[in-house]
Parts: sequence; C-alpha cells; structure tokens
Amino acid sequence: MSERVTVAKTYKLFIGGKFPRSESGRVYPVTDRKGQFLANAAHASRKDVRDAVVAARKAFGGWSGATAYNRGQVLYRVAEVLEGRRDQFVAEVGAAEGLPARRAETVVDAAIDRWVWYAGWTDKVASVLGAANPVAGPYFSFTVPEPAGVAAILAPQESSLLGLVSVLAPALAAGCTAVVVSSADRPLPAVTLSEVLATSDLPGGVANILTGRAGELGPWLASHGDVNTLDPTGADPEIRAELARAAAGTVKRVLAVPAAEPDWTQPPDIARLRRYLEAKTVWHPMGV
Amino acid sequence: MPAFEYAPAPESRDLANLKPSYRPFIDGEFVDGGGEPLKTVNPATEEVLAEVSTASAADIDTAVKAARKAFEKTWGPMPGSERAKYLFRIARLIQERSRELAVLETLDNGKPIRESRDSDLPLVAAHFFYHAGWADKLGYAGFGPDPKPLGVAGQIIPWNFPLLMLAWKIAPALATGNTVVLKPAETTPLTALVFGEICQQAGLPPGVVNILPGAGETGARLVEHPGVDKIAFTGSTEVGKLIQRQVAGTPKRLTLELGGKAANVVFDDAPLDQAVDGIVNGIFFNQGHVCCAGSRLLAQESVVDELLDKLRYRISTLRLGDPLDKNTDVGAINSAEQLGKIRALADSGEAEGAQRWTSPCPVPDRGFFFAPTVFSGVHQSMRIAREEIFGPVLSVLTFRTPDEAVAKANNTPYGLSAGIWTEKGSRILWMASRLRAGVVWANTFNRFDPAAPFGGYQESGFGREGGRTGLEGYLDV
Repeated sequence: MSERVTVAKTYKLFIGGKFPRSESGRVYPVTDRKGQFLANAAHASRKDVRDAVVAARKAFGGWSGATAYNRGQVLYRVAEVLEGRRDQFVAEVGAAEGLPARRAETVVDAAIDRWVWYAGWTDKVASVLGAANPVAGPYFSFTVPEPAGVAAILAPQESSLLGLVSVLAPALAAGCTAVVVSSADRPLPAVTLSEVLATSDLPGGVANILTGRAGELGPWLASHGDVNTLDPTGADPEIRAELARAAAGTVKRVLAVPAAEPDWTQPPDIARLRRYLEAKTVWHPMGV
Repeated sequence: MPAFEYAPAPESRDLANLKPSYRPFIDGEFVDGGGEPLKTVNPATEEVLAEVSTASAADIDTAVKAARKAFEKTWGPMPGSERAKYLFRIARLIQERSRELAVLETLDNGKPIRESRDSDLPLVAAHFFYHAGWADKLGYAGFGPDPKPLGVAGQIIPWNFPLLMLAWKIAPALATGNTVVLKPAETTPLTALVFGEICQQAGLPPGVVNILPGAGETGARLVEHPGVDKIAFTGSTEVGKLIQRQVAGTPKRLTLELGGKAANVVFDDAPLDQAVDGIVNGIFFNQGHVCCAGSRLLAQESVVDELLDKLRYRISTLRLGDPLDKNTDVGAINSAEQLGKIRALADSGEAEGAQRWTSPCPVPDRGFFFAPTVFSGVHQSMRIAREEIFGPVLSVLTFRTPDEAVAKANNTPYGLSAGIWTEKGSRILWMASRLRAGVVWANTFNRFDPAAPFGGYQESGFGREGGRTGLEGYLDV
C-alpha cells in the first residue's frame, strides 16, 4: 500500500484581506534549516508594495477610528485564533528556525502571550501617554496620542514568528495599519499568521504581509509618500542608512533599532507603542 | 470709522545695552570665533547693530569637546535636584533682565516690542521654570525609573523667535542632563549671546551651554560633528530634510520642528468677532513669521463675505511700523531675503488668479516691511495655498460641509497646527480628532505654554517640545 501523498500548499501574499499571488509571478524556494525544500513563497514586487500601501491607507480611517475597546477585542481575537493553531505554528517555527519541539513551543507560546499583552494596551495608551496640560491661562489644554498612520515594517530575519508579532502587534495596537515584509528565508510562519489575521475579525488591509526581500522592497517603502513610519529591523545594517536617507524625502519617522536583532523573548516595554503614536495637543478657552 | 491717531510711544533702545561687537560663548567664556564675522542688522532701519564673530570648524570642535567634558565631569553626574537649581536661577535672571532682552530682541529681529515684552520673554522664563522642576523628577515622567540623557545636544534654531526657541531647546536638554552646543540664526544672534552672560551669572559650570553664531554652514558642521549625540532643529522643511539625510545611518538622535500651512476653520455658527481677532492673531502675530501660523483661512461659504468684511476692517486698524513703538502691531520682516520671498509668493497669488487685498496702512520708507495682505478666491492648487509664505499673508478658501473642511484642512504635506471656530462643542471635538496636526486650537489660536506639548505630524517634523512628551527627545528611551 502506498503512503498517502500530502496536499502541498501554495503560499501567497496577504494584501487588503485577500491572498493574491505576487503581481510579478515570482516565487522563491524556502527550505528548512537542513536545506530540505519546504515550499515556494511568493516573491513580492514593487507593485505588490504599492498595492499593500493603498490597502493599508484605505483601512486606516476605519481602524484608527474604531473604539479602543473594539480594537482590543479584535486583537484579542487574533490571540484566540493563534492559540487554536498552536500546533501548526510549533511545526512551522520549528522547521523555519531549526528548533527542537520543546523550544519551538516556548517561542510560539511567547508569541501568543505577546499578542495578548499588546491587545490589552489599546484602551490604555491614551491614559498612560496622554495628559491634561496645566497651562498658565484660562484654557483647557490636553494632549492625546493618535496613531501615526501607515507603518512599513521590515520584520526580523531570524525570529520568524515571535519577532514578527513583536514588531507588528504594537503598530496595530497603536491604531496604525501596517505593511510588513516578512523574514526572507523563514517566511512560512508569516503566511500562516496572515491566515490567522484573515479569520480574526481584523478588517482587510489593517495588516498586509508580503513575503520577499527586505533589501529589495525596503527602499520603495522608505520613499513612499503615503507611508508614515518605517521600522527597519529586518534590513541589513548596510542598507539602513540608505533607507533612512530615502525616508527623509517625506520626513518619515524611522524607528531607531539596534544593529543586531534583539532577544525577542525579553519582556517588552511600551517604547515600540510610543513610536507609533503622534501627540496631538488641543486648546480651548475657558470662561462663562 | 477711522482708527484713532496714536502719539509715538517708543521704548528706549538704550535698555538693550547694545554693544558694538559680540563673540561666541564656548566653555563658559566669550572667545573670538575663527569664522567670517557677520554684521547683524536692524530690519526696521537697515542699520548695522553689531558685528558678530562666528564659529569656525575648530571652534565647533572646541565647543563640542567642552560640552562632552561637562557632560562627563560635571553636568551628567550632578544630581537632578542640583541641576534644577541652576535652571531656576536662569529663569529668575531672565525675568530680571527681561526688559533688556525684549528690547534687544526687537532691535535684532524686528518684532514689535509689545510681543517680545508680553509674549516672548514671559514664555522664555516659563520654559526654564517648567523644566527646572523636571530635573529631579524624571523618574516620574513615564520613561522608566531612571531615564538617562543622550549626551551632547547640537541645537539649531531659527530667527523668528530667537530667544524663545533657545529656551525651548536648552531648557529640556539641561533638565534631562544633556549639555548643549547651540547655533542661533545668522540674522538674530544677539539675545542668544546675552544668554551666555546669564549662564555665567547663574554660575553654570563651563561647557554645559555653548553658543556658536554662524550661518547654515556652521549648522551643517555641527550636525555632522561625530561628538554630537543628538540634533534638535527648528526651521524650514527643506533644511529639515537635508539634516535628516545627513544624520541617516549615524547613531545620532534627531527631532525636527519644521514648516506648516495651518488651516484656520471658521464655521457659520462661530462668534465672528472673536474669530476675526483669532484669525488676525493667527496670521499677523510676529509678522506671520510663525511655523504654526494660521495661513489658510477655511471659511464656511455662508459666512465668508461677512467674515471677510469684518476681517478687512480689523486688519486695516493694525499699526505697522517702528517695532520699538509700544503701539505697533506689525513690525519689520526679518531680512531683505525673507521680504523677497514673501513678495514673490504674493505675486504668484495674483498671477494665479486670487484676489489680493492689502491693508491701506502707511508703510515706512526704510526697513523691511510688508503690509498685511489677504487673498480671497484661493484654490487649493495655488502656491499661496500650498507653500509656507512665512509672512503676513492670509489665503482664504471656502467649504460647505464639515467633511469638506476636514479634507481641505488635511490636504497638505504639513501637519503642525490647525484652528477651529464654532460654538458647537461636539463639532470641535469631532474636528479636532480628524485634523492631522500636532496642535489644534479651538476658538483661540497661537497659544503656547511649556506644559503643553508642541510639534508636528508628517512634513512638519517629528518630536514634541514641552510637556512630559517633550522630554523624550532628550532621553535615551
């Protein structure tokens, strides 16, 4: 009796809540740590980047305008669906990063817990980072944090899921929409995360995940006029200066990131959340 | 009704203690700068006020080294409670010398004495007072229990509020434990150099504050100096982009306060007389040399004619002339170069088909002056609706619905400030949350306070000055 032949999956991009192939038709082979072929991943192009930014911009009004409570619920729902797919992620992260099962479980659990942590921040950032300003005069002046807009994120190259969650979740929790370029050599957990996002009440376009090369796609994101912030974490340190120069053309906020990929298992703080927020100060006269 | 005639009421220029020459302040001393000396001019009379010795590349190096040494040996290790006392001393000394500083500011900048005396100087002192209190309370600022300073801050400030911008830069930098090298604008270096004297009078340790006069090249050298850990720049978006490019790929931190093209939105239910005063304050305050000036008036179509009538009448009562006269509302344009830019942009408004109205006020024969000007019938595509004019020129556009007002207000790469005029509170909050701007004034305009964060979205820059948020730019967090 012959063994059952498994159904091989075609991995695609995640743009505007849909799963298109790359406009370019390009794919590239993805292997495990031992060099065994796992799948072909879509190799996103400049046009895919532009489509993803359009989708993220279109989704921004709705996502940033939703109540913080609603955003928190949706993000918590993502964690629920992540938990349901835990075994799949353990297998994929294990294959992508060459981790033994126990270690892969720890990493996936940390990623799920991190998503929950950020989900709980949506309705707290305004109280923690906002202010009533005691100005010297008869005015009511207050400062509220607002989402910066469309975030372009070059996800970490090493940590295929925990790293990805650690850079994407704060942007979404802040109320930004995002275009993410996944780890180039370890993209499969990112595609599976897209499937989780697609089935988690997250409005289409809020998160867009492209598989491909940060070095190729990064410059287009850095110079794009409709992108508000750039996280260059996953870019080669050699091209970060070039990305930062391109970002200057539109006075884009560029996250300061360490040269080497940080240890994502460390507990996060709110520094990344803060980077995705603008402070708006509103004044009104007081009197009768 | 004609405006009342006012007798001249000039403030004495002797109060400024003007000296024939000024020198850079480095490592606690005034020294001869190795750069090409510059002459600073009174823009109201075109007379040379003083010769100013400027910083050479070697002077910048000396100043950065002095700042580094002070950061490592005195200012950095000093407890916040002691740093605070120096900042309180500086605030008091500024109050004590505020008449002198106000007159000097007006001579060098051309702004009316009424504004330098009643607006700039009180705010300058307030910024040092406010930040003095933070120096020993940084653990409560929300950036962790013991946030660390960045080191040496290179700061470049513009000519529109010479001493106020100095205060906005130096007060938070020192409160958070940094030392500074500051370059004042080429055309307005005098009050910054007198501030050096105040640092001496306060007994501030040498090297904590260094003031280096010079032109754009001096600023560029300061930006690229490897001994500088942070750059804070206020100025044009054009130069801000150059600096962001220059800093790219280095570990230097950067904050930018750049240009603006603020919309001042007036709804048909607004108290029009108050709105008129707010519009006037929004665009003619400081001759319109204000990055957050309300340079685009968006008036609801149903009230635009009435509003414009009231506005033109009110503007025609503004007194333009001698900035040292206490009755002057609109002073001199800061430089011949700036006057040229304003004229060119105003001419483009006419060429593109907008209707120009100029206040009939008398304009002095000497000095750089530009009479308050209003363009109506402005379209969004015109240069006067898109480019920052940085002068007393108002562009008037119209809208019908709140959604249209939001769309037009946000139709600019800038995002520094905005104004809303309406009696309806719910509409204010609705508008305020939709305007992409760092500061929104409702039923008021151009209010500033050290406790209220100020700064822009998009091409108006990043980072905030003032408030708890403003401390972040000087902390390693």
